[in-house]
Amino acid sequence: MTGREAALPGYAPLRRPEVENYLNRASGIRSWIFTLDHKRIGILYLCSVLTAFLAGGIAALLVRTELLTPDQTIMSANTYNEMFTLHGVIMVFLFMIPAIPASLGNFILPMMLGAKDVAFPRLNLMSWWLYVSGALCAVISIATGGVDTGWTFYTPYSTTASGNVVAMVFGAFLLGFSSIFTGLNFIVTMHKLRPAGMSWFRMPLFPWALYATSIIQILATPVLGITLLLLIMERTLGVGIFDPALGGDPVLYQHFFWFYSHPAVYIMILPAMGIISEVIAVFSRKHIFGYKFIAFSSIAIALFGFLVWGHHLFTSGQSDMGNTIFSALTYSVAIPSAIKVWNWLATMYKGAIHLDTPMLYALAFIFLFTIGGLTGMFVAMVSVDTHLHDTYFVVAHFHYVMFGGTITAFLAGLHYWWPKMTGKMYSERWGKIAWTLIFVGFQVTFFTQFIMGAKGMPRRYWSYLPQFQPYHVTSTIGSYVMGTGFFVVAGLLLHSLYRGRQAGPNPWGSATLEWEAASPPPWDNFSETPVVGDPYDLEAFQHEPEKVTWVRTLPKERLQENHG
Amino acid sequence: MAEAASHHDVHGHDPSLQHHFDNPEQQFDSGKLGMWLFLATEVLLFGGLFVAYAVYRANHPEIFVYAHQFLDKRLGGINTLVLICSSLTMAWGVRAAQLGQQRLLKILLSLTILGGFIFMGIKYVEYKQKWEHGLLPGKHFTHKEGGHAAEKAPAPAAAAPAAAATPAPAGTAHAGAAAAQGAATPAAPAAAAAPAQASSGTLKLEPSLIKRAADGPAGLAPTTRAGAEHEAAPDKVWIFFGIYFLMTGLHAIHVLAGMTAIGWTLRKATLGAFGPTYFTPVDLVGLYWHLVDLIWIFLFPLLYLIH
Repeated sequence: MTGREAALPGYAPLRRPEVENYLNRASGIRSWIFTLDHKRIGILYLCSVLTAFLAGGIAALLVRTELLTPDQTIMSANTYNEMFTLHGVIMVFLFMIPAIPASLGNFILPMMLGAKDVAFPRLNLMSWWLYVSGALCAVISIATGGVDTGWTFYTPYSTTASGNVVAMVFGAFLLGFSSIFTGLNFIVTMHKLRPAGMSWFRMPLFPWALYATSIIQILATPVLGITLLLLIMERTLGVGIFDPALGGDPVLYQHFFWFYSHPAVYIMILPAMGIISEVIAVFSRKHIFGYKFIAFSSIAIALFGFLVWGHHLFTSGQSDMGNTIFSALTYSVAIPSAIKVWNWLATMYKGAIHLDTPMLYALAFIFLFTIGGLTGMFVAMVSVDTHLHDTYFVVAHFHYVMFGGTITAFLAGLHYWWPKMTGKMYSERWGKIAWTLIFVGFQVTFFTQFIMGAKGMPRRYWSYLPQFQPYHVTSTIGSYVMGTGFFVVAGLLLHSLYRGRQAGPNPWGSATLEWEAASPPPWDNFSETPVVGDPYDLEAFQHEPEKVTWVRTLPKERLQENHG
Repeated sequence: MAEAASHHDVHGHDPSLQHHFDNPEQQFDSGKLGMWLFLATEVLLFGGLFVAYAVYRANHPEIFVYAHQFLDKRLGGINTLVLICSSLTMAWGVRAAQLGQQRLLKILLSLTILGGFIFMGIKYVEYKQKWEHGLLPGKHFTHKEGGHAAEKAPAPAAAAPAAAATPAPAGTAHAGAAAAQGAATPAAPAAAAAPAQASSGTLKLEPSLIKRAADGPAGLAPTTRAGAEHEAAPDKVWIFFGIYFLMTGLHAIHVLAGMTAIGWTLRKATLGAFGPTYFTPVDLVGLYWHLVDLIWIFLFPLLYLIH
């Protein structure tokens, strides 16, 4: 690392003649919003999900600000209900589900496979347009009455509450199909567009994670689709399927909803784990440990994920037998998750660890995800969950997994692939400052919530007993620190676009194929089809400070003939 | 997807081969795998409704047995035949495309679309009959028998005798069980309380809806009345019509989508787009049409042929 860092200060940006790449080949708004190029669609998605993240983040900060005092601080109780619903809906449906697969995945996956594009470019574009339509529905819903049901839209409240629930639910329905099309595209791409020589076990681990994610997107999301349609039918036509007054069953809605929405949390976390597998190996300068175990544990998590939805219904009157089985199955998810964590630790063991910004985020991921995962074991136990259900403990738990996991990994991936996507290096120093703010702010915000949740503070409450105020104040201060950190990230990334050093093709010394393309990549990704090698052949690279890149010093190992 | 697979890019010599595929076989295989995956999502989309059917039929078998007699087996049977025939013409159409029989392909695709029209026409007649007799889902149900339409409105006084007849003893037994097992499953009363806030009045009539853990699997509504108590018409017959309209309605939307897709294929066929080297859209649309037929093959016995 010292060699690389020494080259940075005052290093003149490389002056290169303007080479044609995917960014400068065509211009104008139409060349973007109707593009079929996976890289441009990835960038469209990136801009969209970051906008959603900003909106959802502002909603979160407003919610936290309201909670500074037990009485009204800045908004009424009704506005508060709408605000946390908005935060949940935006963050889940508009940000976290598409964040990694549709933005980073769209950009990187075909390049990792040495392909020119995903299998169905038009479907890919349609997925983005569905995303935009879904987002518009959400905006319409907010403008015409808002929604205060919470992001889960539980019946019978959601079928009777005022506000425009239908528009919001229809938006989520469209977003579901956007997600299905991304998953479908990725599976076909991985099956049919791998180059000669890339067998399944020569595929990097990020594609493996995306494959597992896509399975869930394809098999779980349609059930959400039909559930939301039924909810719309119930609300508009009164078909009675979830209405106890008409003989319907509201708990059936919860079963349907969580049959999708529990697997959906694995849609959020699996691609994050894929990013971590890449980053940990590259910044430890060491071959990934336990490649097949990491690959198969992704698939295992995806499959187990379908069998655990009942743990959201421990207190909904589910039978004891059901509770016991769902509890046991939930525990089993810990096995593949722990396999991954131990493999990452083993990869770092005796590695040459470089603490660049992506690696810092990856380390934060391991730390926060482990806490989030282990507290998941608390709430997976029926007796403990009966106490903790619907308290801030659960809020803290899933924020440790979703935020500490998914968003931290998203930031790791964003920083890691930023030079590839834009051709520019960001400020490493500011990257570390932002990381510190986010990491510390996160702990202050959410660790406090574990404590107050265990003490009995219920979630979603506008008001609370005075003894909880110190916790709420601490948590809110933490959220401000974290918010500041995100603005620093935005600043340093935008700054890099204008003032950033030119990035070489391989600024981190990675062995996966996307780094063999220029930065930013040309229209068809590779000027010549790359030769497939071991994706974690990291010890074959040497850093060349004067070229601001890493170069391969050992040849790629010879492929066996029967691959492909 | 079919559209994506047939996208014409101005690149290379073969106009139907997109730039990112190496050869037509790779493109065809990709399109086919994509369509199969899409069909998997369709099966799961309907899967939710089949689960709802299973839950409500298991909980209220008497409603299903009673209400299905309002469906016209003859019209349903004709529609089944129509769809099976249209599947045949579709499959034959794929064959014609592969063999380059342009005229035959156009005839067969037209016949398939015609099958769709006949199906939708008969469906319209059936729906119209239900509509006229008030055999409708949920709160729209106005049929004179089997609905107790007057009771389901918020009129607890009228419903009280009925409630006393059967659910009330269940309710007291329930309370006794709750007292006995309160320590074992402390979660259940709390859970029952939450949904009760929204519709407490009606829940009194249906106390076992949010079941206690001990009452049975999955916490779903149990069989509240045995059919024997209501030889004529069981209560809440509209549940069947809710399921009926949701399932056949979603299926009908898929039939319309399939007809649109076949129409688009027919238009391309008239332009001579298909032949032995390129027939992907016909093949994929055909797969979709077969799925739509297959779902009906399940719907027909489940809804029309109950006993």
